[in-house]
Amino acid sequence: MTERYPDYDILDKWSSVSFDDKTRAVLTQRLHAVPGRRFFTQTEWDLLEALSSRLAPTPERGGSIPITPWIDKELFEGDTEGFRIEGMPPTLEAWRKGLAAIEAEAKAAYVRPFAELDSETQDIFLKRIQKGEVDPALWRGMDAKRFFGDILLKGVVGVYYAHPQAQSEMGFGGPASPRGYVRIGLNEHDPWEAREVRADGKPRRSGKTQR
Amino acid sequence: MTAPTAPRARDGRAPDVFTPDGWVPMRCHADSEEVDFAIVGAGAGGATLAARLAEKGFSVVCFDAGPYWRPLDDFVSDERASEMLYWTDPRITGGDDPIALAGNNCGKGVGGSTVHFSMISLRWRPEWFKARTKLGYGVDWPVTYEQMESYYAQAEQALSVSGPVKYPWGPPRGPYPYRPHEVNAPGLILARGAEKLGVKWCAVPLATVSAPRGKSPPCVYRGWCHYGCSTNAKQSALVVWATRAVAAGAEIRDMAMVGQVETNTDGTRVTGVRFQREGEWRVQKARNVVVAGYAIETPRLLLNSATSRHPDGLANSSGCVGAYLTTHAGPGVWATFDEDIRWNKGPPNMAVTEHWNYTDEGKDFHGGYAFMSQGPLAREWGQTLAGRGLWGAELQREMAKYNHTAGFVPVAEVEPRACNTVTLADEVDPYGLKIPKLSFSYSDNDRRLQAHSKRFMGQMLEAAGGYDLWDNDDTSHLMGTCRMGDDPKTSVVNADGRSWDIPNLWVCDGSLFATTGAVNPSLTIQALALRIADRIEALARRGEL
Ligand SMILES: Cc1cc2nc3c(=O)[nH]c(=O)nc-3n(C[C@H](O)[C@H](O)[C@H](O)COP(=O)(O)OP(=O)(O)OC[C@H]3O[C@@H](n4cnc5c(N)ncnc54)[C@H](O)[C@@H]3O)c2cc1C
Ligand code: SF4
Repeated sequence: MTERYPDYDILDKWSSVSFDDKTRAVLTQRLHAVPGRRFFTQTEWDLLEALSSRLAPTPERGGSIPITPWIDKELFEGDTEGFRIEGMPPTLEAWRKGLAAIEAEAKAAYVRPFAELDSETQDIFLKRIQKGEVDPALWRGMDAKRFFGDILLKGVVGVYYAHPQAQSEMGFGGPASPRGYVRIGLNEHDPWEAREVRADGKPRRSGKTQR
Repeated sequence: MTAPTAPRARDGRAPDVFTPDGWVPMRCHADSEEVDFAIVGAGAGGATLAARLAEKGFSVVCFDAGPYWRPLDDFVSDERASEMLYWTDPRITGGDDPIALAGNNCGKGVGGSTVHFSMISLRWRPEWFKARTKLGYGVDWPVTYEQMESYYAQAEQALSVSGPVKYPWGPPRGPYPYRPHEVNAPGLILARGAEKLGVKWCAVPLATVSAPRGKSPPCVYRGWCHYGCSTNAKQSALVVWATRAVAAGAEIRDMAMVGQVETNTDGTRVTGVRFQREGEWRVQKARNVVVAGYAIETPRLLLNSATSRHPDGLANSSGCVGAYLTTHAGPGVWATFDEDIRWNKGPPNMAVTEHWNYTDEGKDFHGGYAFMSQGPLAREWGQTLAGRGLWGAELQREMAKYNHTAGFVPVAEVEPRACNTVTLADEVDPYGLKIPKLSFSYSDNDRRLQAHSKRFMGQMLEAAGGYDLWDNDDTSHLMGTCRMGDDPKTSVVNADGRSWDIPNLWVCDGSLFATTGAVNPSLTIQALALRIADRIEALARRGEL
């Protein structure tokens, strides 16, 4: 995919009035204090790494955005949304059960662990799990669709799009305090916003609004 | 930033919301001192009532399970880190249409859910207070619009609501206290669509100031309102009512979780509340107790306070405590636009149409809906698209359109039904208290109403130039689990929020709603709290408390 906002990086605003100290402190953690494994077993951790490399987008600007470490941290600290759908196990238990079930499904279908499948097969397999086309016995009473959508995918995506690089690629404004925005109408931009480049490489001109 | 781990409001002082690291003096009460009012919950209902009762000279202790925030120190421009604002204690949610909780509807901390709310401040359509009599559906409230009108005006003044000179629907209400905000791009999409379809629209009356007010600076359109307003432009219950309450002599006790309302031995009066602060269970004596923990925690507390005299929970002879749980349905319709929208800028909902609240013809359902323009931030939008089933490259392609997307979400009326409930589960939380369990299913009418809203919102997005439409399902506010009424057999409290069963036990929050109406509830919750405060004063004067 060609980048829409190639010269935009939220972190370029780090020292500007779009950032305040407390937000800098949070993002410093996110960028530089990636936690180690404390909740998952090594096997679970490796599987989640393999899963999130398919479920999360591939960073356009290269590198990788850590996902598993942050989910591990949330679960280790019990820092979850707290509520659960009736019939689902408590969140921590759901993660262990769900990861085990996915691995068991992969082995049942392909005689190999999920991580060893090629990416095309992985995607086909994940679509099947997403639709709930599973062997209920391997899920020990847990709803596979709910685990996939409400826990696994929501969790992975929630970590991915909390990362400044992911936000820069989509042209998101990012932190905005104390300075917010001045030009908020259609096709209006403040100088500290992302500049969008069209598919032909030219900067998008601010067209006339229809109104 | 992480949430404070120890209470701040103590030893004669409370945090000053307007100053980094600042303090204001606060009158404090001993547990053994019988105060006039113990209020459970410092949100839209509780903090408003605390302020007004203290201003009338009553002694008040208002408890909140969460922290006493200092927005300038605590609130960050980061979605993940802001999850500290939400109620994330264990809960179970079920039924055919389980309601998502936490950030979706429940705050924890002084200011309650208004700390992360969207500031939409709308009055009810007058007929809704008498929906059964005047519109032929739902039930009547025990109050009328005429009784509420001056309290709506008082609430709008207190919040310096910024809105249009002339609001296009409902009875005249004079200009709003502050001028309207400039409408942002997603709001202009709604405006354009509305004009194409020939329906009225207007700038949303918002509880964030469009000009300086006291120590609040004007809104800077940063758009992070769902994550706490770090500038204090937002007129939340934290900034407005908690500040007034403390100034008037109320004590706000933060990080104090109330586990039971205590009763005397024959169960005829309540005597105070049992609460945990810093790991220790204590009892605050009080002449009156007001429960204001929002529509899940309020019934939960009353149910968890059951005694041999009140085996089904306090104030529950009607069986209505926890019943008639309602929400506002909030299905979204979304579209792509060629123009640059950049919907992260400005408060999330800047334009509204109440067309289907004030039009009764052409409906295949009872009730109404308003809808507003939207402005989700990056992570929230990513999770919304994930909820649509997108991941990997597909998700990435759709996220790349973020700045070119707009959409509408209604506040859609939901029928009150006895089968939708908050009950206690057989499981305890870290305080040792039984956790709440919700059961919620839509009725056929609810589904028809939502289908209508999706069709209409879709037409309007297309009329505005949107393409590649898609929709999803969601909910917002919670209401109804301790409803007010005229009949002790079918309601928990009377028009004053006073329980039918125990005269010194009151309710003052979103759980009072007998029907949902179809606008966001907080202005009505605050207007009710203002009215209840006046009623309490009048009853006290007559010796009837
Ligand atoms: C994202 C979002 C956007 C919203 N946008 C709008 C909007 O634009 N306009 C609008 O009108 N409404 C909006 N709302 C809804 C509005 O915020 C709520 O309806 C309103 O705050 C409810 O008021 P309340 O007093 O019933 O409860 P709350 O304001 O939630 O306050 C309840 C308080 O009680 C405390 N508490 C609960 N139980 C206990 C206990 N046992 N012991 C001690 N403390 C306890 C909680 O910690 C909480 O602080 C929004 C809500 C959300 C979540
Ligand atoms: S947009 Fe306005 S109200 Fe919202 S967070 Fe920013 S300053 Fe506060």
